[in-house]
Amino acid sequence: MIKQHYQSIIVQTICSLLIPFIQLFALYVIFHGHYGPGGGFQGGVLLAVSIILQRLYLGIKISHQKFSPRLAMAFAAVGLLIYGLAGIIPMIFGGSFLDYGNLPLFWVHDAERRALGILIVEIGIGLGVFGTLVLIFDNLVGERW
Amino acid sequence: MVATIIAMVLIVAGVFFLTVSSLGLLRLPDFYARTHAVGKSETLGSILVLSGLAVYNGWELNTVKIVFILLFVLIANPTATHAIARAALRTGLQPWTLQQGTKKKKD
Repeated sequence: MIKQHYQSIIVQTICSLLIPFIQLFALYVIFHGHYGPGGGFQGGVLLAVSIILQRLYLGIKISHQKFSPRLAMAFAAVGLLIYGLAGIIPMIFGGSFLDYGNLPLFWVHDAERRALGILIVEIGIGLGVFGTLVLIFDNLVGERW
Repeated sequence: MVATIIAMVLIVAGVFFLTVSSLGLLRLPDFYARTHAVGKSETLGSILVLSGLAVYNGWELNTVKIVFILLFVLIANPTATHAIARAALRTGLQPWTLQQGTKKKKD
């Protein structure tokens, strides 16, 4: 039985090299969601996976210093806020819930405003899923934070 | 026509390596031997299949995406195998030897 408590340098190098590309791919999936396969949920899951990979290879303590769970909670709250505002603001301006045509962006063309509304909602969903999944991982690990 | 033949050769070779790796996963006696089989030949097989698909597709945007997937598999698959085998060694899993195998057969 081997008892050596050092990190594997291969895993460290490859993970720190892969994480930015995973995040870039997550942004691509979020912003490309209404043209092809993908969307807010999948992009948010990819963002959360990049943070969970960092948690796995750096250890919980250092990774909590780099990306704290309170920040993840703030991301989840901001995502929910964006989604809720994109739903409720059209109700104020005379539409129904999530009716993007009634968003108060008067300088944008009508059909383009609907596409922009979809993008706003996707960003909200992505941020919410990102924060929530990181929080689920932290609570499952059970380390105090 | 030439590109199609090259793609066929690459894909058939990749399928051969994938078959060998799944055979090793089923037949080898030990955890370490199985990770050996999967880590090397499955990486090679999927790289060959993906490069065959890239050659078959020609110069397009989708080819670039296939090449990105190929690079990801090339980097990530051996690293994951290394991490799993290292974790098993550190938690104290003993490698299989021939004597253990004969003992188990006698019992």
